[in-house]
Amino acid sequence: MSKERRLPPVTQLGMLSLSLIVAAVIYLSAHLPQHVSLGPAVALLAASALLLVGNVFSLWRTEGFAWRRFLEIARWALLAYGIISGLIEYVFLRNNTSGGPLVVLTLSLVVFALTIPVLIAFTVARYDEPESAAERPDAA
Amino acid sequence: MERPDFQVVPRAGLPIVAAVALLLIVAIAVNDKWPLMFLHVVAGATWTIIDLFLGFVIGPILGKMSIPARAELTTRLMPKMVLIMPTAVAVTLAAGWQLATKLGDNLTGFQYHGWIVASFIVVGAMAVIALGLLEPANIAVLTELKKPRPKPEVIERLMKRFIYAAGATGLMQLATLVIMTRLATG
Repeated sequence: MSKERRLPPVTQLGMLSLSLIVAAVIYLSAHLPQHVSLGPAVALLAASALLLVGNVFSLWRTEGFAWRRFLEIARWALLAYGIISGLIEYVFLRNNTSGGPLVVLTLSLVVFALTIPVLIAFTVARYDEPESAAERPDAA
Repeated sequence: MERPDFQVVPRAGLPIVAAVALLLIVAIAVNDKWPLMFLHVVAGATWTIIDLFLGFVIGPILGKMSIPARAELTTRLMPKMVLIMPTAVAVTLAAGWQLATKLGDNLTGFQYHGWIVASFIVVGAMAVIALGLLEPANIAVLTELKKPRPKPEVIERLMKRFIYAAGATGLMQLATLVIMTRLATG
């Protein structure tokens, strides 16, 4: 087997981010439509979003990553999981969820719809041939 | 490595997925008990059966097959999973939530609310494994097999991840069956 590149723990952090966001949605769903304290859900959402941003940032700093392949896969996965998140959002809107819980749920679905494409695209791109620095998307 | 030609995302299946999504939207808009129950049960049963079958029947068989046979089965089976699994999961969750709202089962005052929350937790754990490990491995295996010279060791590693993830969700599906039959019998 060829020598493996050292990559940041994107899958592990992504799984943790996904777990936190799912926990936030479970917490809210277990209480809705009754009044629910948003504190725990906001804390879980913030932690999940921070992990997502940290994950992408750590990957961004990685030399020789197959960015072209990553973006190619992430684009389609984002479309698919954007549609799925939209369907779930529609269910909450249909049931008159509003105010703070709707905002937290919507942001949770946004983080969900971004985290999964990162996980899928990373898993594909990590086995692709590394790119030179000139091929990075920001190196126009 | 011999491989039949295949599409990572089978385009022929996309209209079927779109039709199912449309049915779901209509069922939620109409908010009638039967279509919601139908979609929730059909999609949920599909999800449960596929997880159990992949994890405990196909998985062990796949591990004992020759490399060419494994590649052929993978290229024929996995593209279908790319469409079937996310659709089944999304329909189960969306129709299930709408049904629970209509029946009042998700209210904290509901007699079996604890069982409902338990189902949220089990389904949430399964969703994290399915979407975070299983689905990426599925797509990555197919992408690797599309390359002119796929690496057997990469496919081996990703297939292991796929089968173990399917086995783990299969085990959790047993918990779902316990919860759902308990709720159905009251």
